[in-house]
Amino acid sequence: MGYQLNVQGFNALLSELSQEYLIYAPKCYPGGNTFSDTDCIRYGEIRRAEEIVFDRKSDYSFKEVLFPVSETLFYFTEEHVKEGDCPRKKGAVIFLRSCDLHGVKNLDEMFGGNGPSDYYYQRLRENVKFVLMGCSAAFENCFCVDMGSNVSEDYDFSVDKKDDFYYLDCKDKEIGEIISGLPHGEMEVCPEHVTQTKVQVRIPENLDASVAKSTMWDEYDNRCIACGRCNFVCPTCTCFTMQDLFYTDNGKAGERRRVWASCMVDGYTDVAGGGSYRKKNGERMRFKVLHKVLDYKQRNGHHMCVGCGRCDDICPEYISFSNCINKLEKAMEEVSGNE
Amino acid sequence: MSENAYVPFLSEIKEVIKHTAVEYTFRMAYEGEVKPGQFFEVSIPKFGEAPISVSGIGDGTVDLTIRRVGRVTNEVFEHYAGDKLFLRGPYGNGFDLDNYKNKELVVIAGGTGLSPVKGIVDYFAANPGEKKGMTLVAGFKTPNDILFVEEFARWKKAMDVILTVDCAEGDTSCQIGLVTQYIPQIHIEQVEEAVAVVVGPPMMMKFTVAGLLERGFKEENIWISQERKMCCGLGKCGHCKIQDRYVCLDGPVFCYTEGKNLID
Repeated sequence: MGYQLNVQGFNALLSELSQEYLIYAPKCYPGGNTFSDTDCIRYGEIRRAEEIVFDRKSDYSFKEVLFPVSETLFYFTEEHVKEGDCPRKKGAVIFLRSCDLHGVKNLDEMFGGNGPSDYYYQRLRENVKFVLMGCSAAFENCFCVDMGSNVSEDYDFSVDKKDDFYYLDCKDKEIGEIISGLPHGEMEVCPEHVTQTKVQVRIPENLDASVAKSTMWDEYDNRCIACGRCNFVCPTCTCFTMQDLFYTDNGKAGERRRVWASCMVDGYTDVAGGGSYRKKNGERMRFKVLHKVLDYKQRNGHHMCVGCGRCDDICPEYISFSNCINKLEKAMEEVSGNE
Repeated sequence: MSENAYVPFLSEIKEVIKHTAVEYTFRMAYEGEVKPGQFFEVSIPKFGEAPISVSGIGDGTVDLTIRRVGRVTNEVFEHYAGDKLFLRGPYGNGFDLDNYKNKELVVIAGGTGLSPVKGIVDYFAANPGEKKGMTLVAGFKTPNDILFVEEFARWKKAMDVILTVDCAEGDTSCQIGLVTQYIPQIHIEQVEEAVAVVVGPPMMMKFTVAGLLERGFKEENIWISQERKMCCGLGKCGHCKIQDRYVCLDGPVFCYTEGKNLID
């Protein structure tokens, strides 16, 4: 069902939703970016429509709403263990774009499947509504079309902002009822989506693990500084590391947390006794890239990368993930000796 | 709602068996099904968790042979006396004993690699009727590093045992040399039917498998066990991923046909 709302109407909807949900959307943190006097667009709780950033890509993804950067799993007190409370008491409404909505599917697969279902993820994933933000044009570095993530169907409602109006396509019955009670116009609404991106990628069909032996990875040994930012902005990276910390005033009490981890950063593979794997940054790049466009598909039937291009946006060394994908074809020729 | 698999339970240390200065077996209270080659996450609050493979399965107990080599294991050694440890598990696929029953079996272990395969050796030592023939080749750095010394006497009654050390000064109780050099002399009737299990440091596994293949073993009849960093054991943390496999879920035991192609 399609609706047109003005700012007041949209704010009334948000206010109604906030009774039961916390609302998360990309918002602007002035001066909050890496470089001085640059704004950071990232996810935060919002109350009003004006806070939502529609005209820029968020630097970070929505994923921290479902998978916090740092999450207390439980508390230790001598011989007792007490589970940490859920960081969010209410449900959540998450505003996100089509690529990210495809990312949710990956998070669900990793935390819901791939071994036993993850308790901590599931409790944050319960009672979540997704709001698809339409994209009228691709942003810099986006390549969603080639990754097949430019269109999404499984949203609760969509929103496109044009001039001072918000155009919604609502699939959720409950929310539809709220909107019907507000001053609104009714019309056919189809969320906007991009059909072409400037950046394009081609994943070779014959791609397999033998590409690891290509020399294409060598350039990243020096170019990449193993900072891991590409992992932290990625909507589909789910790795974490356990961390125990104890309270200094009382060494008998503490907590175990899980914190985001990066396969690009030193220490990721370190085992007790000094062993480690993938010491070169090029090897780490290969590990990450092949997970996104090869390994994940072999395990789950579709690619992990959703083409949001945030890894390219954030890289301090101007390494382009999409460019790397486009080198795979030649690399496959190289390793299969057809060059 | 899914079960919270991250919260560990307390397990009483029933017994501590000291093998070397840095390797002890902790016999832990545990009720439930466990397979050789599976592992538990052992944890000490404040110091963290470490994956430790099961080295023995008893009635109401599991043995965890721990090498003092990192932050967590260091603490286990310092403060274990009459104590308890937090555990969760067992995780991983473990060894499927059915693959080895009524066959000629060769088990080759290097150092602490003997722990994950010890359950297999114990099983066939206790059930000699279920095997056709069996050889255990165990290699250690020096005589002081030998694990499960008392067990070897028992195993020798049920199977061929080759115990070797890389080097020994004046000690003549065991053979000297790498495990690989003993592969040609292992007694096997029908090598194309024989099965092998190889566990140890990466280089040892690589050359041992090469030796077995040269001897005529089929790739599909060789099993290896991998060791990687793991934070969860549940297929979530990502650290143990190799290509499209997760060592904690799909391993740590891999048939060589599968394991040989994995590139870290």
